[in-house]
Amino acid sequence: MSVRYLSCGDTAFTIEFGNEISPEINARVMALHAAIGRARTAGELAGLVETVPTMRSLMVTYDPLETSRHTLEPAIEGMIEHGLAADSAGRDVAIPCCYDDPEFAPDLAEVAERTGKPTEQVIANHLASAFKVYVLGFMPGLAYIAGLDPSLVLPRRAEPRVRVPRSSVAIAMDMTTIYPFDSPGGWHLIGRTPLRMFDQRREQPVFLAPGDRLTFQRIDRPTFDGISREVEAGSFDWATLIREA
Amino acid sequence: MTAALKVVRPGLFDTVQDHGRIGYMALGMPTAGAMDRVGLSLANALCGNLLGTAGLEIGVMGPDLLVEADSVRVALVGPLAPALIEAPDGAAKPIDSDRTHLLKRGQVLRVGMVEGSSTAYLAVAGGFALSPFMGSLSTYARAGVGGFHGRKLGEGDALPLVCDRAPAGEDKKLGKPFDYGSGPIRIVWGPQDDYFTERGRETFVTAEYRVSKEADRMGIRFEGPAIEHAKGADIISDGIGPGAIQVPGAGLPIVLLADRQTVGGYPKIATVASADLPRLGRLLPGHAVRFAPVPVEEAEALRRDQAARLKRAIADFQPARPPGGIDLARLYEENLIDGVVY
Repeated sequence: MSVRYLSCGDTAFTIEFGNEISPEINARVMALHAAIGRARTAGELAGLVETVPTMRSLMVTYDPLETSRHTLEPAIEGMIEHGLAADSAGRDVAIPCCYDDPEFAPDLAEVAERTGKPTEQVIANHLASAFKVYVLGFMPGLAYIAGLDPSLVLPRRAEPRVRVPRSSVAIAMDMTTIYPFDSPGGWHLIGRTPLRMFDQRREQPVFLAPGDRLTFQRIDRPTFDGISREVEAGSFDWATLIREA
Repeated sequence: MTAALKVVRPGLFDTVQDHGRIGYMALGMPTAGAMDRVGLSLANALCGNLLGTAGLEIGVMGPDLLVEADSVRVALVGPLAPALIEAPDGAAKPIDSDRTHLLKRGQVLRVGMVEGSSTAYLAVAGGFALSPFMGSLSTYARAGVGGFHGRKLGEGDALPLVCDRAPAGEDKKLGKPFDYGSGPIRIVWGPQDDYFTERGRETFVTAEYRVSKEADRMGIRFEGPAIEHAKGADIISDGIGPGAIQVPGAGLPIVLLADRQTVGGYPKIATVASADLPRLGRLLPGHAVRFAPVPVEEAEALRRDQAARLKRAIADFQPARPPGGIDLARLYEENLIDGVVY
């Protein structure tokens, strides 16, 4: 599988592993992202600023006052040729989600109708999906989480909503997402989490990271309200959601 | 009482910015930061600050700031209409930009209009007493983070200062205005120049493009001849570097700047050389530009040259004395600062 190096001016370049969305390609992206992280921790790759993983590519940014494309590209090529260890550093994360309140899940009935199954089955299939965070972007903390059960795949809504409430859990295509802010959005809203995907009061304001493996955990409305109060008060223990690999 | 600059009349879009929020793009966090890195660096250097200290980016029209500190030294950098220092009795004197000024408690700095540029900078000696968010004081207003409560300044805001008194030192000015360069904006082809026809690429580097009204900290939408796509205007989203020029379906280029999103799904025909980003950060609607391709090595060299010129400009700072030599007002102020009374 050949790799392409794409110019992004004199402060960045992109390493393109493929022009399609596949778990294998993304695994190589994440493996290089992790390998570069380790190399930098070890004091190598001076002048490299940061890396930005996407579904199928990794953008590397650098400071042209400290290094150059001519220096960095062969160094990274060498890392790829040497073979990248599969990145097993991802976390297993369980996201509590309330599907029961019609205010939280305004599109649940429509998804059920369009996929030809009872709403309980839609919820069960969302819960059974093995999700993975592929990329964050568009707005801070917005994660593109692939792995939706194939029986729930639908295109985006024909009419996007002007305002999707923060923390809405939504599906479209083969992905699910969680809105970090109140924002416009065209995905199908099937639930809501009491968590905040972006909270500047936290030491780590963005909760999810590329490579995280995700499942949803069904909660009822009283549990939602309880967690929500803790999240808003800043007393919620986020570590309970995570199992390190 | 906390030392502060109090906004008695807000400008149009004044935000606290430093050299950007670095290291969080993988979490979807834009870098933000000064649109004109050179302007902010010069303002900081005049004040004796580190070049990347957070200052106030003044968008189009600046604020009126009341000094609520014993004294404060500020540097204004950029093509400002004469700013004014207004005494408590209302007497106002015009002051130059591209230099520092010492202000006393109760005086009001009326920054006024930026002329012929979209941005100018105000730095204060010692900096602002604000808490960094993800390692940076840059305001990213879309997420409401950084700077002063994550937003532009409004009336009544008190921008806290680190120093209650201006550090000792003399006022300085630029030896000559910094040369941002003229001629075409230099670009490097890619990352998706192969998504455009030969004719499309030719159009892009031969035609004149004009800054539309849709120009802000996120980017500049240009008007001009459409650039022809070769294989559609959709890609699988990839990373967006500073100065990336994306071309959506309608064929008009959008240069993405400080507040740009981290990833996007439009093909990017080229990327602006980083040495020319400060120029773009100063463009106003109606300004016309051309784009000229350079190899990546040349773009890197341009950036190194600019850094060297910035260093020389800082070494060439001149004392800012009024005509005639001795600045009695300044001597008086410095005595106060040193706590010495003759």
